[in-house]
Amino acid sequence: MTGVRVAGVGLTHFGSHPERTGRDLFAEAALNARADAGVPLDDVEQLNVGNFAGSLSEGQGHMAPLLAEAAGLDCPATRYEEACASAGVAVREAVRTVRSGEADVVLAGGVERMTNQDTAAATEALAIAADELFEVRAGVTFPAAYALMATAYGEAFDVDDDELKTDLANVASKNHDNAIPNEYAQYQRELSVQEAVDAPPVAEPLGLFDCCPITDGASAILLVSEAYAAEHDVSADVAVVGTGQATDRMALQDRDHLARTPAADDAAAMAYGEAGIDATDVDVAEVHDCFTIAEVLAIESLGLYEPGEGLGAARRGETRADGETPVNLSGGLKAKGHPVGATGGSQIAEMTRLLRGDHPNSDAVEDAEVGVTHNAGGTVASAVVHVLEVAE
Amino acid sequence: MSDAGFDEWLHAFVADDGYYLACENGHGLLPPRWVCPDCGSTEFTEEALPETGTVATITTVHVAAPAFEDDAPYDTAVVDFGPARVTGIVVDAEPGTVGVGDEVAVDVGASETIGADVLVLRPA
Repeated sequence: MTGVRVAGVGLTHFGSHPERTGRDLFAEAALNARADAGVPLDDVEQLNVGNFAGSLSEGQGHMAPLLAEAAGLDCPATRYEEACASAGVAVREAVRTVRSGEADVVLAGGVERMTNQDTAAATEALAIAADELFEVRAGVTFPAAYALMATAYGEAFDVDDDELKTDLANVASKNHDNAIPNEYAQYQRELSVQEAVDAPPVAEPLGLFDCCPITDGASAILLVSEAYAAEHDVSADVAVVGTGQATDRMALQDRDHLARTPAADDAAAMAYGEAGIDATDVDVAEVHDCFTIAEVLAIESLGLYEPGEGLGAARRGETRADGETPVNLSGGLKAKGHPVGATGGSQIAEMTRLLRGDHPNSDAVEDAEVGVTHNAGGTVASAVVHVLEVAE
Repeated sequence: MSDAGFDEWLHAFVADDGYYLACENGHGLLPPRWVCPDCGSTEFTEEALPETGTVATITTVHVAAPAFEDDAPYDTAVVDFGPARVTGIVVDAEPGTVGVGDEVAVDVGASETIGADVLVLRPA
Protein backbone atom coordinates (compact mmCIF):
# COMPACT_ATOMS: atom_id res chain seq x y z
CA MET A 1 0.00 0.00 0.00
CA THR A 2 1.56 3.27 -1.09
CA GLY A 3 1.33 6.56 0.81
CA VAL A 4 -0.85 9.38 -0.50
CA ARG A 5 0.24 13.01 -0.66
CA VAL A 6 -1.63 16.23 -1.37
CA ALA A 7 0.35 17.75 -4.22
CA GLY A 8 -1.91 20.73 -4.80
CA VAL A 9 -5.18 22.33 -3.80
CA GLY A 10 -7.45 24.72 -5.65
CA LEU A 11 -10.54 26.70 -4.69
CA THR A 12 -12.82 29.30 -6.13
CA HIS A 13 -14.13 32.11 -4.02
CA PHE A 14 -17.08 30.82 -2.02
CA GLY A 15 -20.04 33.15 -2.24
CA SER A 16 -22.86 34.36 -4.40
CA HIS A 17 -21.93 33.89 -8.05
CA PRO A 18 -25.32 33.17 -9.58
CA GLU A 19 -24.12 33.80 -13.13
CA ARG A 20 -21.32 31.23 -12.99
CA THR A 21 -22.02 27.71 -14.25
CA GLY A 22 -20.80 24.58 -12.49
CA ARG A 23 -18.33 23.89 -15.28
CA ASP A 24 -16.92 27.41 -15.02
CA LEU A 25 -16.47 27.13 -11.23
CA PHE A 26 -14.88 23.69 -11.31
CA ALA A 27 -12.51 24.58 -14.17
CA GLU A 28 -11.10 27.42 -12.09
CA ALA A 29 -10.61 25.25 -8.99
CA ALA A 30 -9.03 22.43 -11.00
CA LEU A 31 -6.63 24.79 -12.75
CA ASN A 32 -5.68 26.31 -9.39
CA ALA A 33 -4.97 22.83 -7.99
CA ARG A 34 -2.79 21.89 -10.94
CA ALA A 35 -0.91 25.18 -10.75
CA ASP A 36 -0.38 24.66 -7.01
CA ALA A 37 0.89 21.12 -7.63
CA GLY A 38 2.99 21.76 -10.71
CA VAL A 39 1.85 18.43 -12.15
CA PRO A 40 1.45 18.13 -15.97
CA LEU A 41 -2.07 17.78 -17.30
CA ASP A 42 -1.39 14.48 -19.01
CA ASP A 43 -0.27 12.84 -15.80
CA VAL A 44 -3.78 13.05 -14.28
CA GLU A 45 -5.22 9.55 -14.52
CA GLN A 46 -8.64 9.94 -12.94
CA LEU A 47 -11.21 12.56 -11.91
CA ASN A 48 -13.54 12.08 -8.92
CA VAL A 49 -15.95 14.94 -8.54
CA GLY A 50 -18.68 15.62 -6.01
CA ASN A 51 -21.94 17.33 -6.94
CA PHE A 52 -25.25 17.20 -5.13
CA ALA A 53 -28.04 18.97 -6.96
CA GLY A 54 -26.79 20.17 -10.32
CA SER A 55 -29.56 18.18 -11.94
CA LEU A 56 -32.05 20.47 -10.13
CA SER A 57 -30.23 23.80 -10.00
CA GLU A 58 -28.68 23.69 -13.46
CA GLY A 59 -30.72 20.99 -15.15
CA GLN A 60 -27.40 19.24 -15.63
CA GLY A 61 -26.91 15.55 -15.04
CA HIS A 62 -23.94 13.48 -16.20
CA MET A 63 -21.64 16.03 -14.62
CA ALA A 64 -18.37 14.08 -14.62
CA PRO A 65 -17.44 14.14 -18.32
CA LEU A 66 -18.52 17.77 -18.52
CA LEU A 67 -16.22 18.71 -15.63
CA ALA A 68 -13.35 16.60 -16.97
CA GLU A 69 -13.61 18.49 -20.25
CA ALA A 70 -13.81 21.81 -18.43
CA ALA A 71 -10.66 20.93 -16.51
CA GLY A 72 -8.86 19.85 -19.69
CA LEU A 73 -8.72 16.21 -18.64
CA ASP A 74 -8.99 13.11 -20.79
CA CYS A 75 -9.34 10.30 -18.26
CA PRO A 76 -12.01 8.24 -16.49
CA ALA A 77 -14.30 10.62 -14.60
CA THR A 78 -17.02 9.84 -12.07
CA ARG A 79 -19.47 12.00 -10.15
CA TYR A 80 -20.09 11.15 -6.50
CA GLU A 81 -23.34 12.16 -4.81
CA GLU A 82 -23.64 11.81 -1.05
CA ALA A 83 -25.51 15.04 -0.33
CA CYS A 84 -23.25 17.46 1.58
CA ALA A 85 -20.58 14.74 1.84
CA SER A 86 -20.29 14.34 -1.95
CA ALA A 87 -16.78 15.77 -2.25
CA GLY A 88 -15.63 14.00 0.92
CA VAL A 89 -16.55 10.70 -0.68
CA ALA A 90 -14.93 11.76 -3.98
CA VAL A 91 -11.68 12.50 -2.14
CA ARG A 92 -11.89 9.31 -0.10
CA GLU A 93 -12.26 7.18 -3.23
CA ALA A 94 -9.35 9.05 -4.81
CA VAL A 95 -7.21 8.28 -1.74
CA ARG A 96 -8.14 4.60 -1.99
CA THR A 97 -7.34 4.54 -5.72
CA VAL A 98 -3.88 6.04 -5.24
CA ARG A 99 -3.22 3.92 -2.19
CA SER A 100 -4.07 0.74 -4.05
CA GLY A 101 -1.52 1.54 -6.73
CA GLU A 102 -4.13 1.75 -9.49
CA ALA A 103 -3.22 5.36 -10.22
CA ASP A 104 -0.44 7.75 -9.20
CA VAL A 105 -2.26 11.01 -9.87
CA VAL A 106 -5.96 11.63 -9.20
CA LEU A 107 -7.85 14.92 -9.19
CA ALA A 108 -10.74 15.02 -6.70
CA GLY A 109 -13.07 17.72 -5.53
CA GLY A 110 -16.52 19.05 -6.18
CA VAL A 111 -18.75 21.85 -7.31
CA GLU A 112 -22.15 23.33 -6.53
CA ARG A 113 -24.13 26.13 -8.13
CA MET A 114 -26.90 27.22 -5.78
CA THR A 115 -27.62 30.96 -5.80
CA ASN A 116 -29.08 30.96 -9.30
CA GLN A 117 -32.25 29.67 -7.57
CA ASP A 118 -34.32 31.64 -5.06
CA THR A 119 -34.17 30.64 -1.39
CA ALA A 120 -37.40 28.62 -1.63
CA ALA A 121 -36.10 26.52 -4.52
CA ALA A 122 -32.75 26.06 -2.79
CA THR A 123 -34.50 25.01 0.43
CA GLU A 124 -36.50 22.49 -1.55
CA ALA A 125 -33.39 21.18 -3.33
CA LEU A 126 -31.49 20.78 -0.07
CA ALA A 127 -34.38 18.91 1.50
CA ILE A 128 -33.98 16.04 -0.95
CA ALA A 129 -31.06 14.91 1.20
CA ALA A 130 -33.65 13.94 3.85
CA ASP A 131 -36.08 11.00 3.71
CA GLU A 132 -38.68 12.10 1.17
CA LEU A 133 -41.54 9.93 2.45
CA PHE A 134 -41.11 10.22 6.19
CA GLU A 135 -39.38 13.59 6.68
CA VAL A 136 -39.89 15.95 3.74
CA ARG A 137 -43.62 15.11 3.66
CA ALA A 138 -43.78 15.89 7.38
CA GLY A 139 -42.53 19.42 6.79
CA VAL A 140 -38.93 18.73 7.74
CA THR A 141 -36.58 21.22 6.06
CA PHE A 142 -32.84 20.93 6.54
CA PRO A 143 -32.70 23.55 9.27
CA ALA A 144 -35.68 21.79 10.87
CA ALA A 145 -33.87 18.44 10.91
CA TYR A 146 -30.89 19.95 12.70
CA ALA A 147 -33.25 21.87 14.96
CA LEU A 148 -34.81 18.54 15.95
CA MET A 149 -31.31 17.33 16.85
CA ALA A 150 -30.60 20.56 18.77
CA THR A 151 -33.81 20.19 20.79
CA ALA A 152 -32.92 16.56 21.49
CA TYR A 153 -29.41 17.62 22.57
CA GLY A 154 -30.83 20.13 25.04
CA GLU A 155 -33.12 17.46 26.47
CA ALA A 156 -30.48 14.73 26.61
CA PHE A 157 -27.91 16.87 28.40
CA ASP A 158 -30.26 19.02 30.42
CA VAL A 159 -29.36 22.34 28.81
CA ASP A 160 -31.89 25.16 29.08
CA ASP A 161 -32.98 27.07 25.96
CA ASP A 162 -31.02 30.25 26.68
CA GLU A 163 -27.79 28.38 27.34
CA LEU A 164 -28.31 26.31 24.19
CA LYS A 165 -28.89 29.37 22.02
CA THR A 166 -25.99 31.29 23.54
CA ASP A 167 -23.52 28.44 23.21
CA LEU A 168 -24.56 27.86 19.60
CA ALA A 169 -24.22 31.60 18.91
CA ASN A 170 -20.64 31.34 20.16
CA VAL A 171 -19.95 28.70 17.50
CA ALA A 172 -21.26 31.03 14.80
CA SER A 173 -19.33 34.02 16.14
CA LYS A 174 -16.09 32.01 16.34
CA ASN A 175 -16.38 30.80 12.77
CA HIS A 176 -17.09 34.30 11.48
CA ASP A 177 -13.94 35.52 13.27
CA ASN A 178 -11.94 32.79 11.56
CA ALA A 179 -13.30 33.66 8.12
CA ILE A 180 -12.24 37.32 8.27
CA PRO A 181 -8.73 36.81 6.79
CA ASN A 182 -9.78 33.95 4.46
CA GLU A 183 -9.84 35.32 0.93
CA TYR A 184 -12.08 32.44 -0.22
CA ALA A 185 -14.76 33.00 2.43
CA GLN A 186 -18.31 34.17 1.74
CA TYR A 187 -18.56 36.24 4.94
CA GLN A 188 -15.32 37.99 5.87
CA ARG A 189 -16.98 39.85 8.69
CA GLU A 190 -17.55 39.68 12.41
CA LEU A 191 -20.74 38.36 13.92
CA SER A 192 -21.32 39.07 17.60
CA VAL A 193 -22.80 36.46 19.91
CA GLN A 194 -25.67 38.85 20.64
CA GLU A 195 -26.42 39.38 16.93
CA ALA A 196 -26.61 35.62 16.48
CA VAL A 197 -28.83 35.14 19.54
CA ASP A 198 -31.17 37.94 18.38
CA ALA A 199 -31.47 36.73 14.76
CA PRO A 200 -34.91 35.77 13.45
CA PRO A 201 -35.81 32.11 14.02
CA VAL A 202 -35.58 29.65 11.11
CA ALA A 203 -36.46 26.43 12.92
CA GLU A 204 -36.36 26.80 16.69
CA PRO A 205 -34.00 26.76 18.49
CA LEU A 206 -31.96 27.63 15.37
CA GLY A 207 -31.94 31.18 14.10
CA LEU A 208 -30.69 32.72 10.88
CA PHE A 209 -27.06 32.85 12.03
CA ASP A 210 -27.07 29.24 13.18
CA CYS A 211 -27.42 28.29 9.50
CA CYS A 212 -24.74 28.22 6.84
CA PRO A 213 -25.42 30.37 3.79
CA ILE A 214 -26.36 29.27 0.29
CA THR A 215 -23.13 29.29 -1.68
CA ASP A 216 -21.63 28.78 -5.12
CA GLY A 217 -18.15 27.36 -5.35
CA ALA A 218 -15.78 24.59 -6.27
CA SER A 219 -12.82 22.74 -4.78
CA ALA A 220 -10.10 20.56 -6.26
CA ILE A 221 -7.36 18.45 -4.68
CA LEU A 222 -4.54 16.85 -6.61
CA LEU A 223 -3.51 13.62 -4.90
CA VAL A 224 -0.33 11.77 -5.84
CA SER A 225 1.44 8.66 -4.64
CA GLU A 226 4.57 9.11 -2.53
CA ALA A 227 6.55 7.45 -5.27
CA TYR A 228 5.27 9.88 -7.91
CA ALA A 229 6.07 12.87 -5.69
CA ALA A 230 9.61 11.61 -5.12
CA GLU A 231 10.25 10.68 -8.74
CA HIS A 232 8.95 13.97 -10.15
CA ASP A 233 10.30 16.14 -7.37
CA VAL A 234 6.79 17.37 -6.53
CA SER A 235 6.51 19.38 -3.33
CA ALA A 236 3.82 17.55 -1.35
CA ASP A 237 4.45 17.98 2.35
CA VAL A 238 1.00 16.95 3.55
CA ALA A 239 -0.01 13.28 3.59
CA VAL A 240 -3.48 11.76 3.80
CA VAL A 241 -2.85 9.04 6.39
CA GLY A 242 -6.39 8.02 7.26
CA THR A 243 -9.80 7.90 5.63
CA GLY A 244 -13.06 6.62 7.10
CA GLN A 245 -16.69 6.53 6.07
CA ALA A 246 -19.83 5.29 7.76
CA THR A 247 -23.60 5.29 7.38
CA ASP A 248 -26.59 5.74 9.67
CA ARG A 249 -30.32 5.36 9.10
CA MET A 250 -31.60 7.99 6.70
CA ALA A 251 -34.45 9.41 8.81
CA LEU A 252 -33.94 10.79 12.30
CA GLN A 253 -36.97 8.84 13.51
CA ASP A 254 -35.20 5.55 12.75
CA ARG A 255 -31.96 6.38 14.59
CA ASP A 256 -30.75 5.03 17.90
CA HIS A 257 -29.63 8.55 18.84
CA LEU A 258 -31.27 11.90 18.14
CA ALA A 259 -28.56 13.95 19.87
CA ARG A 260 -25.51 12.13 18.63
CA THR A 261 -24.05 11.21 15.23
CA PRO A 262 -22.75 7.62 15.43
CA ALA A 263 -21.86 7.48 11.71
CA ALA A 264 -19.25 10.15 12.35
CA ASP A 265 -18.01 8.26 15.44
CA ASP A 266 -17.49 5.21 13.20
CA ALA A 267 -15.89 7.15 10.34
CA ALA A 268 -13.50 8.77 12.82
CA ALA A 269 -12.59 5.43 14.38
CA MET A 270 -11.83 4.03 10.92
CA ALA A 271 -9.72 7.03 9.88
CA TYR A 272 -7.89 7.25 13.23
CA GLY A 273 -7.19 3.51 13.07
CA GLU A 274 -5.58 3.84 9.65
CA ALA A 275 -3.57 6.84 10.78
CA GLY A 276 -2.53 5.19 14.05
CA ILE A 277 -3.73 8.15 16.09
CA ASP A 278 -6.36 8.86 18.71
CA ALA A 279 -8.35 11.99 19.40
CA THR A 280 -5.64 13.36 21.74
CA ASP A 281 -3.28 13.59 18.74
CA VAL A 282 -5.55 15.95 16.80
CA ASP A 283 -4.10 19.47 16.66
CA VAL A 284 -6.70 21.14 14.44
CA ALA A 285 -10.03 20.20 12.83
CA GLU A 286 -12.27 21.32 9.98
CA VAL A 287 -15.78 20.06 10.69
CA HIS A 288 -19.13 20.11 8.94
CA ASP A 289 -20.92 23.02 10.65
CA CYS A 290 -23.84 23.35 8.23
CA PHE A 291 -25.67 24.41 11.39
CA THR A 292 -24.02 25.44 14.64
CA ILE A 293 -25.34 22.35 16.44
CA ALA A 294 -23.63 20.24 13.76
CA GLU A 295 -20.21 21.50 14.88
CA VAL A 296 -21.03 20.49 18.44
CA LEU A 297 -22.07 17.00 17.36
CA ALA A 298 -18.99 16.75 15.12
CA ILE A 299 -16.39 17.55 17.77
CA GLU A 300 -18.07 15.02 20.06
CA SER A 301 -18.01 12.35 17.34
CA LEU A 302 -14.35 13.09 16.63
CA GLY A 303 -13.63 12.32 20.27
CA LEU A 304 -12.43 15.84 21.05
CA TYR A 305 -15.25 16.03 23.60
CA GLU A 306 -17.46 13.59 25.47
CA PRO A 307 -21.15 13.63 24.47
CA GLY A 308 -22.73 16.66 26.10
CA GLU A 309 -19.40 18.45 26.63
CA GLY A 310 -18.90 19.90 23.15
CA LEU A 311 -21.65 22.52 23.36
CA GLY A 312 -19.68 25.03 25.42
CA ALA A 313 -16.31 24.53 23.68
CA ALA A 314 -16.50 27.71 21.57
CA ARG A 315 -17.85 29.77 24.49
CA ARG A 316 -14.99 28.55 26.68
CA GLY A 317 -12.53 29.48 23.91
CA GLU A 318 -11.14 25.97 23.52
CA THR A 319 -12.00 25.67 19.84
CA ARG A 320 -11.20 29.27 18.96
CA ALA A 321 -8.09 30.17 16.94
CA ASP A 322 -6.10 30.70 20.13
CA GLY A 323 -7.63 27.70 21.90
CA GLU A 324 -6.23 24.26 22.54
CA THR A 325 -7.76 22.64 19.44
CA PRO A 326 -8.91 25.21 16.88
CA VAL A 327 -11.98 24.12 14.93
CA ASN A 328 -12.93 25.56 11.55
CA LEU A 329 -10.07 28.01 11.12
CA SER A 330 -11.31 28.40 7.52
CA GLY A 331 -14.53 29.91 8.82
CA GLY A 332 -16.32 26.60 8.36
CA LEU A 333 -19.46 26.09 6.35
CA LYS A 334 -21.03 28.76 8.53
CA ALA A 335 -18.87 31.68 7.39
CA LYS A 336 -16.66 30.36 4.60
CA GLY A 337 -19.80 29.02 2.91
CA HIS A 338 -21.25 25.69 1.87
CA PRO A 339 -21.40 24.90 -1.84
CA VAL A 340 -22.78 21.50 -0.96
CA GLY A 341 -20.99 19.22 -3.40
CA ALA A 342 -17.67 21.08 -3.04
CA THR A 343 -17.44 21.29 0.75
CA GLY A 344 -15.64 18.03 1.51
CA GLY A 345 -12.86 18.99 -0.91
CA SER A 346 -12.69 22.51 0.45
CA GLN A 347 -12.08 21.12 3.94
CA ILE A 348 -9.09 19.11 2.66
CA ALA A 349 -7.80 22.16 0.77
CA GLU A 350 -8.08 24.39 3.83
CA MET A 351 -6.48 21.80 6.13
CA THR A 352 -3.61 21.33 3.66
CA ARG A 353 -3.02 25.08 3.60
CA LEU A 354 -3.18 25.23 7.40
CA LEU A 355 -0.62 22.44 7.80
CA ARG A 356 1.67 23.73 5.04
CA GLY A 357 1.75 27.13 6.67
CA ASP A 358 0.32 29.14 3.75
CA HIS A 359 -3.20 29.70 5.14
CA PRO A 360 -3.96 33.15 6.56
CA ASN A 361 -4.74 31.40 9.86
CA SER A 362 -1.71 29.08 9.84
CA ASP A 363 -0.06 31.12 12.61
CA ALA A 364 -2.72 29.82 15.00
CA VAL A 365 -1.48 26.25 14.46
CA GLU A 366 2.23 26.76 13.83
CA ASP A 367 3.27 23.50 15.47
CA ALA A 368 0.32 21.43 14.24
CA GLU A 369 1.18 18.04 12.81
CA VAL A 370 -2.19 16.29 12.68
CA GLY A 371 -5.36 17.74 11.17
CA VAL A 372 -8.75 16.09 10.85
CA THR A 373 -11.59 16.86 8.44
CA HIS A 374 -15.20 15.83 9.08
CA ASN A 375 -17.72 15.97 6.24
CA ALA A 376 -21.35 14.94 6.72
CA GLY A 377 -24.24 14.16 4.41
CA GLY A 378 -27.82 14.87 5.39
CA THR A 379 -28.27 14.73 9.14
CA VAL A 380 -25.08 12.64 9.23
CA ALA A 381 -26.61 9.56 7.62
CA SER A 382 -23.30 9.75 5.75
CA ALA A 383 -20.01 10.74 7.35
CA VAL A 384 -16.50 10.95 5.94
CA VAL A 385 -13.43 11.66 8.08
CA HIS A 386 -9.88 12.23 6.86
CA VAL A 387 -6.64 12.50 8.81
CA LEU A 388 -3.92 14.68 7.30
CA GLU A 389 -0.37 14.87 8.63
CA VAL A 390 2.69 16.94 7.96
CA ALA A 391 4.89 14.39 6.20
CA GLU A 392 8.30 13.52 7.68
CA MET B 1 -48.72 8.62 -8.44
CA SER B 2 -49.03 6.41 -5.42
CA ASP B 3 -46.24 5.17 -3.19
CA ALA B 4 -47.00 1.54 -2.45
CA GLY B 5 -46.61 0.59 1.18
CA PHE B 6 -46.31 4.15 2.43
CA ASP B 7 -49.74 5.31 1.22
CA GLU B 8 -51.53 2.30 2.75
CA TRP B 9 -49.66 2.86 5.99
CA LEU B 10 -50.53 6.58 6.11
CA HIS B 11 -54.19 6.11 5.23
CA ALA B 12 -54.67 3.38 7.83
CA PHE B 13 -54.58 6.18 10.42
CA VAL B 14 -57.76 7.66 8.88
CA ALA B 15 -59.66 4.53 10.00
CA ASP B 16 -57.83 4.53 13.35
CA ASP B 17 -56.00 1.40 12.24
CA GLY B 18 -52.47 2.77 12.44
CA TYR B 19 -49.80 0.09 12.36
CA TYR B 20 -46.10 -0.58 12.20
CA LEU B 21 -44.18 -3.56 10.89
CA ALA B 22 -42.63 -5.91 13.41
CA CYS B 23 -39.90 -8.23 12.21
CA GLU B 24 -39.69 -11.73 13.65
CA ASN B 25 -37.21 -10.45 16.25
CA GLY B 26 -39.52 -7.67 17.34
CA HIS B 27 -37.83 -4.68 15.67
CA GLY B 28 -40.36 -2.00 14.78
CA LEU B 29 -40.22 -0.47 11.29
CA LEU B 30 -42.31 1.58 8.87
CA PRO B 31 -43.17 0.31 5.39
CA PRO B 32 -42.19 -0.51 2.73
CA ARG B 33 -39.59 -3.01 4.04
CA TRP B 34 -38.09 -6.19 2.66
CA VAL B 35 -35.27 -6.60 5.17
CA CYS B 36 -35.00 -5.54 8.79
CA PRO B 37 -32.00 -3.18 9.01
CA ASP B 38 -31.45 -4.27 12.63
CA CYS B 39 -31.24 -8.03 12.17
CA GLY B 40 -31.69 -9.00 8.53
CA SER B 41 -35.05 -10.67 9.13
CA THR B 42 -37.32 -10.79 6.07
CA GLU B 43 -40.52 -11.77 7.89
CA PHE B 44 -42.85 -8.99 9.03
CA THR B 45 -46.25 -8.72 10.61
CA GLU B 46 -48.46 -5.65 10.87
CA GLU B 47 -48.96 -4.68 14.51
CA ALA B 48 -51.22 -1.96 15.90
CA LEU B 49 -49.39 1.25 16.72
CA PRO B 50 -50.22 2.46 20.24
CA GLU B 51 -52.88 5.19 20.10
CA THR B 52 -50.65 7.80 21.65
CA GLY B 53 -46.95 8.45 21.63
CA THR B 54 -44.51 10.77 23.39
CA VAL B 55 -42.82 13.70 21.68
CA ALA B 56 -39.11 12.83 21.48
CA THR B 57 -38.03 16.07 19.84
CA ILE B 58 -39.77 19.03 18.24
CA THR B 59 -39.09 22.26 16.38
CA THR B 60 -41.14 25.25 15.30
CA VAL B 61 -40.46 25.82 11.60
CA HIS B 62 -40.60 29.47 10.51
CA VAL B 63 -38.94 29.16 7.12
CA ALA B 64 -40.71 26.38 5.22
CA ALA B 65 -40.13 24.63 1.95
CA PRO B 66 -42.48 25.78 -0.86
CA ALA B 67 -44.84 22.83 -0.23
CA PHE B 68 -45.48 24.09 3.34
CA GLU B 69 -45.11 27.84 2.82
CA ASP B 70 -48.64 28.71 3.93
CA ASP B 71 -48.48 26.30 6.86
CA ALA B 72 -45.59 28.14 8.55
CA PRO B 73 -45.04 28.64 11.37
CA TYR B 74 -45.75 25.03 12.32
CA ASP B 75 -44.33 22.46 14.68
CA THR B 76 -42.74 19.27 13.39
CA ALA B 77 -42.08 16.51 15.89
CA VAL B 78 -40.53 13.07 16.09
CA VAL B 79 -42.80 10.97 18.27
CA ASP B 80 -41.89 7.80 20.12
CA PHE B 81 -44.59 5.10 20.02
CA GLY B 82 -42.44 2.45 21.69
CA PRO B 83 -41.64 -0.02 18.93
CA ALA B 84 -41.47 2.70 16.26
CA ARG B 85 -41.13 6.46 15.94
CA VAL B 86 -42.95 8.68 13.45
CA THR B 87 -42.49 12.26 12.26
CA GLY B 88 -45.41 14.60 11.68
CA ILE B 89 -46.82 18.12 11.87
CA VAL B 90 -48.55 19.17 15.07
CA VAL B 91 -52.11 20.49 14.65
CA ASP B 92 -54.78 21.70 17.12
CA ALA B 93 -52.14 23.53 19.17
CA GLU B 94 -50.42 26.88 18.80
CA PRO B 95 -46.86 26.49 17.43
CA GLY B 96 -44.37 26.30 20.27
CA THR B 97 -46.82 25.07 22.88
CA VAL B 98 -46.23 21.31 22.58
CA GLY B 99 -42.99 20.11 24.12
CA VAL B 100 -40.78 17.09 24.53
CA GLY B 101 -42.52 14.49 26.68
CA ASP B 102 -46.06 15.54 25.68
CA GLU B 103 -48.52 12.89 24.46
CA VAL B 104 -49.89 13.08 20.91
CA ALA B 105 -51.97 10.91 18.58
CA VAL B 106 -51.53 10.36 14.84
CA ASP B 107 -54.04 11.40 12.20
CA VAL B 108 -54.01 12.34 8.53
CA GLY B 109 -54.53 15.96 7.55
CA ALA B 110 -53.96 18.14 4.52
CA SER B 111 -51.16 20.67 4.11
CA GLU B 112 -52.58 24.21 3.86
CA THR B 113 -50.27 25.04 0.99
CA ILE B 114 -50.84 22.25 -1.52
CA GLY B 115 -53.54 20.14 0.12
CA ALA B 116 -51.40 17.00 0.14
CA ASP B 117 -52.06 14.32 2.73
CA VAL B 118 -49.81 14.85 5.71
CA LEU B 119 -49.22 12.84 8.84
CA VAL B 120 -50.45 15.10 11.62
CA LEU B 121 -50.14 14.88 15.38
CA ARG B 122 -52.90 15.99 17.77
CA PRO B 123 -52.30 16.61 21.46
CA ALA B 124 -53.80 13.62 23.31
